[in-house]
Amino acid sequence: MQAKNIFATRGGIIGVGAGIGILAAVLQKLGNPGNMGICVACFERDIAGGLGLHRADVVQYIRPEIIGFVLGSLVAAYLFNEYRPRVGSAPIVRFVLGVFAMIGALVFLGCPWRAVLRLAGGDGNAILGLAGLTFGIWVGTLFLKNGYNLGRTQVTHAAVGWMLPLIMTGFLLLMIVFPQVPNEPKSGVLFYSVKGPGSMHAPLALALIVGLGIGFLAQRSRFCTMGAIRDLVLFGQTHLLTGFISLVVFAFVTNLVLGQFKAGFAGQPVAHSAHIWNFAGMTLAGLAFALAGGCPGRQLFLSGEGDGDAAVFVLGMIVGAGFAHNFGLASSPTGVGPYGIPAVIIGLLVCLFIGFTMRRKSA
Amino acid sequence: MTTTVDARGLSCPQPVIMTLDEIKKGSDKDIVVLVDTDTSKENVVRAATSQGCQVKDVSPEGEGYRIAIVKG
Repeated sequence: MQAKNIFATRGGIIGVGAGIGILAAVLQKLGNPGNMGICVACFERDIAGGLGLHRADVVQYIRPEIIGFVLGSLVAAYLFNEYRPRVGSAPIVRFVLGVFAMIGALVFLGCPWRAVLRLAGGDGNAILGLAGLTFGIWVGTLFLKNGYNLGRTQVTHAAVGWMLPLIMTGFLLLMIVFPQVPNEPKSGVLFYSVKGPGSMHAPLALALIVGLGIGFLAQRSRFCTMGAIRDLVLFGQTHLLTGFISLVVFAFVTNLVLGQFKAGFAGQPVAHSAHIWNFAGMTLAGLAFALAGGCPGRQLFLSGEGDGDAAVFVLGMIVGAGFAHNFGLASSPTGVGPYGIPAVIIGLLVCLFIGFTMRRKSA
Repeated sequence: MTTTVDARGLSCPQPVIMTLDEIKKGSDKDIVVLVDTDTSKENVVRAATSQGCQVKDVSPEGEGYRIAIVKG
């Protein structure tokens, strides 16, 4: 028997949620965009921009927080003997779910993490997003109850699980080799925003350290924002939910202390007030996360502990961000993108197709 | 008789769904659940306990764990 994992207790998950909430608000103070101390979807979108997979010049920056999430989880998994290299549970489906999860999140302008950080910063539009997220996850639980299943993974070589951590290490090396030059949109192969949210960021080293810390804690605690809502709907369990609520409460208090709280719907940072599409975008994201078994943060932490399928979901999100900006699907503070609405509808249809057709073969 | 639920290789929340299905619908009092990750182990133990079942033993087996549950 191993020693009990204190982070997986009720107190542990509340503590981790509190830590993430405080650190997110502090990262905003240190330079990250408004109500975006941490946003897994936005930051992966910025990474896609930094690599030039899309050319929206206001959202291009390799976010060290994301790199830290994966590597912090890898370190925790190895330290506690939980590294389990595994792949093979319908990776292509996970890729597609990642693409549409990102598209839905970018119609709302945030992943579940940012949805609660927006709420904690006083952005009322986040309520619509969280309602949509909950609705999407609820639809996902209906599929789960009816045997939806992407099949079993296989144990594989340790190095298979290193692929995403190595890719993230590569991104970090690129940032060191081609560092940001003030007021220059490009440094070597990397793109850097000179204006907009992509130009706003905490210092690299601090962002990386916070990312590593959160990655470590989240791996130990299994922190998951989608699981928080899913487990409540599906099993009546509140374990993960307490961590999610703790995040909101502590981010809210920290925002008050730092003078970052501003209540209202209009003029919120990196947000729009198209209520229906805030709701529908997050419905799509919530359903895709539920079908893929984890929120975008959790997919990064799973990737760090050897789950190659979660890594494929992450790559799907990064590619999805490329589509979202190249095709005009992503929203902006002025409203929904020109093709955002059809993209949400197509995404929902794709998720329903996946949910209806991929059932457990043997009970 | 003991029923074995093989949840190895399945990701969250399948191991818990399968365990709860067996607790609610199965006829055997003793259930053994096989899982391959620590997360699944913790989730299955938490779910079984919340259903009033007793988790008799958790032991390493192969790449994962063997969880012995007695229905309450």
